[in-house]
Amino acid sequence: MAAKCNECGTVLLPPKPMCTKCLSTNLKWIELEGAGKLLSYTVIYIAPEQFQSITPYTVGIIELKNGLRLPGMIRDVDPKEIRVGMNLKIDFEPSTSSQWPAWPRYFFRPF
Amino acid sequence: MVSKPLVSIVSAGLSKFGRLDGMYCRELFVDAAKEAYDRCPNLNPIKDIEALFVGHMGESYEHQGHTGPTLADWAGLLPKPAVRLESACASSGAALRTGILAILSGMHKVVMVGGVEKMTHRTTAEVTEFLAMASDMPFEQWHGITFPGLYALMATAHMHEYGTTEEQMARVAVKNHHNGTLNPKAHMQKEITVEKAMASKVIAWPLKLYDCSLITDGASCLILTHPDLAKKFTDAPVHVIGSGQASDAIGIYEREELTTLKAARLAGQEAYKMAGVEPKDLDVAEVHDCFTIAEIIAYEDLGFCSSGKGGNLIDEGTTELGGKLPVNPSGGLKSKGHPVGATGTAQAYEIYLQLTGQAEKRQVEGAEIGLSHNVGGSGATANVHIYRRA
Repeated sequence: MAAKCNECGTVLLPPKPMCTKCLSTNLKWIELEGAGKLLSYTVIYIAPEQFQSITPYTVGIIELKNGLRLPGMIRDVDPKEIRVGMNLKIDFEPSTSSQWPAWPRYFFRPF
Repeated sequence: MVSKPLVSIVSAGLSKFGRLDGMYCRELFVDAAKEAYDRCPNLNPIKDIEALFVGHMGESYEHQGHTGPTLADWAGLLPKPAVRLESACASSGAALRTGILAILSGMHKVVMVGGVEKMTHRTTAEVTEFLAMASDMPFEQWHGITFPGLYALMATAHMHEYGTTEEQMARVAVKNHHNGTLNPKAHMQKEITVEKAMASKVIAWPLKLYDCSLITDGASCLILTHPDLAKKFTDAPVHVIGSGQASDAIGIYEREELTTLKAARLAGQEAYKMAGVEPKDLDVAEVHDCFTIAEIIAYEDLGFCSSGKGGNLIDEGTTELGGKLPVNPSGGLKSKGHPVGATGTAQAYEIYLQLTGQAEKRQVEGAEIGLSHNVGGSGATANVHIYRRA
């Protein structure tokens, strides 16, 4: 989900409580498409403690059709097979943490 | 036409950089302050210094916040006002800019600016986590994207768009390690080869161990005054003639491009305009090589070459000592070390030495105009300062 400004049409991702282009607070929720093209990626070998059990893991930034971008983990694909420009879809999983911050996690995978 | 100075640096100090067991922020800062005091016998620090602005990124390392008055106390500056500034790795560049504003406002005649960080007593995992706090929590840290990971994303994009290679990044490390061997205060004092850098362990592909700056302890400081008062304290001041700073979104995914730091471009443009100089006028520069790709991007952002050509500059040797524009003669963050809060004024310290002919084995002959480029986090903050020999 993203926020769209009802005054000037700017789409905000991450959603913010005020439009950063025209300063209006008249916003609505819009749903984003569930897939995008990979802009860049990296394979993380040295990680903070909470991620060490899953190293090495791949993260990337995808660009949606409207130009908005999202970073996230890339799963279910060998890092050697990953290419800039490939199409990835967004999948969600429930948060595994009961402590703050407990927002849900999404990740990217090939179609 | 070179502009009139904003402020003058009348002295500067730097602690040894490295793994300094048993020394914490306060002792490190005293080392830097004492050097600055000793360099400037005409200055009475207790009487003359009117305020302290100090960059310090993280209270997590020592479980110690409120760094301003703590360091003012240990540096003999009580009861003068003292403020800590936090702008991630650009904290002391921001302290320098704040000191300039304090002098220009007319409120203070002499101020000390500096920075400090104590990092090496923590594990690599802890440091990785603390540094990641300067990136976006909900979308970057949350997905396990580390700091090397953010710069690796920039590197992958730069390689894809411009054909920049891992070898070119390794050559940045080789250059800066060589320069570090000429700097007795540098953390690392050893030459490396392209082969060794390429074979080092992967941290966040395509970045390997030798693409990353060092986890280092250290402190740095400068003493600033109004240009009209500088000669009272020293015969050889260095003038700050341009200062630029800009901000960008904290998350790299929210920025217009992955292959450039817009805040650094804007800060550079502001500083060049204020100083009345162009990139071709520079004799020496210290840039924020937190990762080797960051130095290549800095060449482009600061106008040393056009977009995408940063790798060529390193291939051609332009930025080596003896080249047309030596970059990071101190060894940079890569070899001198990167105690994050101390880095901005440590860069200014090197430029001060270079422009006053005190840089010994790494001296750039006849250097008159220098630049420092200090980046916070993955580029949400950047500040650029330009200096001229008096």
